[in-house]
Amino acid sequence: MSANELPLWEVFIRSQHGLAHKHVGSLHAADAEMAIRNARDVYTRRNEGVSIWVVRSADVTASAPGEKEPMFEPANSKVYRHPTFFPMPDEVKHI
Amino acid sequence: MNSDPLLFDYLLRLADSDLVLAQQLGAWVGHGPVLEEDIASANVGLDLLGQARMWFGYAGEIEGRFAGRARSEDELAFLRDSGAFRNVLLVEQPNGDYAHTIARQFYFDAWHQLLLDALARSSDPRIAEIAAKGGKEVRYHLERSSGWLVRLGDGTDESRRRMQAACDDLWMFAGELVEPDAAGNALAGEGIACDTETLAPAWRARVNAVLDEATLAVPALTWAQSGSKRGVHTEHLSHLLAEMQVLQRSYPGARW
Repeated sequence: MSANELPLWEVFIRSQHGLAHKHVGSLHAADAEMAIRNARDVYTRRNEGVSIWVVRSADVTASAPGEKEPMFEPANSKVYRHPTFFPMPDEVKHI
Repeated sequence: MNSDPLLFDYLLRLADSDLVLAQQLGAWVGHGPVLEEDIASANVGLDLLGQARMWFGYAGEIEGRFAGRARSEDELAFLRDSGAFRNVLLVEQPNGDYAHTIARQFYFDAWHQLLLDALARSSDPRIAEIAAKGGKEVRYHLERSSGWLVRLGDGTDESRRRMQAACDDLWMFAGELVEPDAAGNALAGEGIACDTETLAPAWRARVNAVLDEATLAVPALTWAQSGSKRGVHTEHLSHLLAEMQVLQRSYPGARW
């Protein structure tokens, strides 16, 4: 059993008071079932969560860091995309 | 109470098995085949150690009732010799390769889970409480060890060979788990404890099912080593205790 042969999995945990699963790290495991058990042992020792998702790292597609400019910069200067031009009456405090 | 000495001995069986197995699993820390197994072994070991502490705590109290003095958890764990230990022979067998560790763990977990389930229904509230808490941990231990046994058995040629060898090697120590149990029977009559012989059918069924799923052969040997209930152990226990107890024995009463 060497780590070269066991696939890598990304682990996402949702805490008791959370709504979304957060990425907490990765680990090696033979298959999905073992990945969940390993994630329980490695990432929930201190009561970090109540729900675990594991995804094979190979299945994760990430945006390329080199493409940061064309992907994300244009959104910076488009002020009309932000709903900030409505004057909010004081009576409507928590929308 | 009449059955106090009997109950004390019975509790030591539970505590000692947990303690010895925890000590064994600790030896894998820093030496596991992969990092995740390092952490898993430590977790399982710590769970068992926690259960051992609870059993020792209660055992000490019971001893106080009939012997005049209650020994502390530390005294019970670190100052008894192997003849006084009541752990099952299975847990003192060496770690060996990972297949041996997994086979030992699975045979033990399958029995431990049934035992704690039965003890959770004990008429003794303390026993029921400890067993209920431990039961949740042990259900997980059993999932883990079964999972590994199946993957190693139904794996590569090498893993199957090693896993079958491990299951065969340790089989003669597994039978003791469900051998006739006079003390357990007496305590079971009072509703306090479980006669471990009654766990035999369920334990065998589970072992057969998992070995079957792992495409391994259930060992055919019908003879089993015995003796732990009388403090008769294999040669491995005294080495393990020597290492475990050396600090307390060199510096009696040492405190952090």
